[in-house]
Amino acid sequence: MIVIYALLICIGFVYLYPMLYMISTSFMSRDDLLDTSVKWLPSTFYLQNYIDAGKSMDFLMSFLKGIAIAGLPTLCNIVICMLVGYGFARYDFKGKKIMMGLLIFSYILPSQVTMIPTYVLYNNMHILGTILTFVIPALFGNGLNAPIFILIFYQFFKQIPKVLTEAAAIDGAGHFKTFFRIAVPSAVPAIVTVVLFSFVWYWNESYLTELYVQGLSANTVWTNLVVQLKNFDQSFNTRATVGDTATSLNESVRMAATTLSILPLLVMYLILQKQFVESIDRAGITGE
Amino acid sequence: MSDNKDQAKTNIEETKPKKVKVKRGKLEAREARMGYFFVLPWIIGTLIFVLIPLGQSFYYMWYNIRITPLGTKFTWVGTGNFTQIWLENPEFPQQLVTYIWQTIVEVPIIVVFALIIAMMLNGKIKLKGFFRLIFFLPVIIVSGPVMNMLVSEGASTIPAMNTQAVINALDTFLPTKMANSVGELFGNMIMVLWYSGVQILIFLSALQKVDPSLYEAAKMDGGSGWECFWKITLPTIKNFILLNAVYTVIFLSSNEQNELITMIKNAMFSGTKEKGYGYASAMAWMYSIVVTLIVLLFFLLLGNKRDQYDRLVSKRKRMLKREERLARKIERRGARNVKKLERARRSHRYKTYDGNGDY
Repeated sequence: MIVIYALLICIGFVYLYPMLYMISTSFMSRDDLLDTSVKWLPSTFYLQNYIDAGKSMDFLMSFLKGIAIAGLPTLCNIVICMLVGYGFARYDFKGKKIMMGLLIFSYILPSQVTMIPTYVLYNNMHILGTILTFVIPALFGNGLNAPIFILIFYQFFKQIPKVLTEAAAIDGAGHFKTFFRIAVPSAVPAIVTVVLFSFVWYWNESYLTELYVQGLSANTVWTNLVVQLKNFDQSFNTRATVGDTATSLNESVRMAATTLSILPLLVMYLILQKQFVESIDRAGITGE
Repeated sequence: MSDNKDQAKTNIEETKPKKVKVKRGKLEAREARMGYFFVLPWIIGTLIFVLIPLGQSFYYMWYNIRITPLGTKFTWVGTGNFTQIWLENPEFPQQLVTYIWQTIVEVPIIVVFALIIAMMLNGKIKLKGFFRLIFFLPVIIVSGPVMNMLVSEGASTIPAMNTQAVINALDTFLPTKMANSVGELFGNMIMVLWYSGVQILIFLSALQKVDPSLYEAAKMDGGSGWECFWKITLPTIKNFILLNAVYTVIFLSSNEQNELITMIKNAMFSGTKEKGYGYASAMAWMYSIVVTLIVLLFFLLLGNKRDQYDRLVSKRKRMLKREERLARKIERRGARNVKKLERARRSHRYKTYDGNGDY
């Protein structure tokens, strides 16, 4: 028993080590960084790193836009994935097996192989560089990791006893009424899981955000914190040459920027921790 | 005698009832229509965003595509893009090989680690919620830029670990490529562990579904914990091992720490003459074939192998089905031939000898 606790604590510490390192470094001034006697605790409570990093990342605007970029597609994702999952679970139709196979295939297929034609498509539709590039695929059930969510809902709706929907049908409920009155209310745990994961995954997606939503053009409107962090060195240096910064680019500033970019999710995680750690359990991914 | 035969015939017919073909009723047809209706958005989406682009990029990769002010110019180059990638820019194939080794080494480690943590958390321990909180935390952090930042600032290595010594030790009995990727793994141990958040949760909820009475029965029969693990736990959660392995492969392949996908993007927007969309499409196709092969490999390694009995039964069933089909075919052909003969006789194309007159 003691061995297990010791192991868990050790591994837990290893797990948290990068976080602790990041936070402690982000509070260090340049003198602390150079001073070898300062290892973990900074000598003073130094906030200038955060101010500089926040300014170069345009923290508030990036944060709000990030919420929009992650939030809107997530909304579409839930609604459509729920419909599709219900369709797969409740009805029998020709070609269902092939479609399920296709669903898994579209998950395994790396997005890079479809990325170039999709980019051209968005370019022709003139929606490159807008949030629509994330919303439209999500509206058609092909958002980020949508196959996983469809499968989650599929698993969940399969567990609803058929008797229940039949009883509703006998009582005169149509297909949609059955869906909205019986399926949706019972799927709340699955919905919570999908919302959390979809939001986090969209929030953390930098590759596709940069390509589609930002459109890789110089005069972009859309950006989020992760993309800002990716281009942090550049934006910080641009400001530093003008003389807008109090510090120079060093690891403290970079760690401060990293902390800032994960801060919103961290706060969300601490508030919703119960939902997070029980999410997979309750969504019934592992079957009955 | 003939009575006996009849009896035997009816016996056979009784044991093998004729399959009744039921015509689909209106209700079923309507249900199926509703099913299509619910799935319709996804079908359209998959066509537009998966299948058609897949075909298009397959088409692109045989061309050199240049965007000029007058429009896009396609020039047929055949396998030119591939020879370009393999012969003139060796960086991509090299990275591809590194990626394959890395994935094959990392996936088992991540999955096994997740299983160990899940087993520990599944026991009766205090502060379970707290530990779960820690082990699930990385899930919200592991985005490419954050990880790159942490790695580049050296937050990902445990300072006490000497990577080079590990590599040298491994190099004596492993291929160099593999030794290098294992060594790199030690250098980035924490990052690898960080990728196992979702997997831990999946294992945890799978472990909770294992029937406790199985363990009790095994304990009564004198089974040790070790035996219980191999004989009960592992077979029960086998499918989830596969699920986690596939999830890990996909995660590693789409994570921005993976340099290959950055290379593809850079090639896509490269201004040089020979690169561009076609070149990047060729890269992307090679990359996805590699990823699919790795996923297939894990399917083969961990997939459900049916046992001997099941295999025999299904083989026998297949054989019966084939024989039945053959019998039906012969029957049909016989009926057809009878009809043909009948028609021929009726149209007096040939006469049968009816016993009187000339032949």
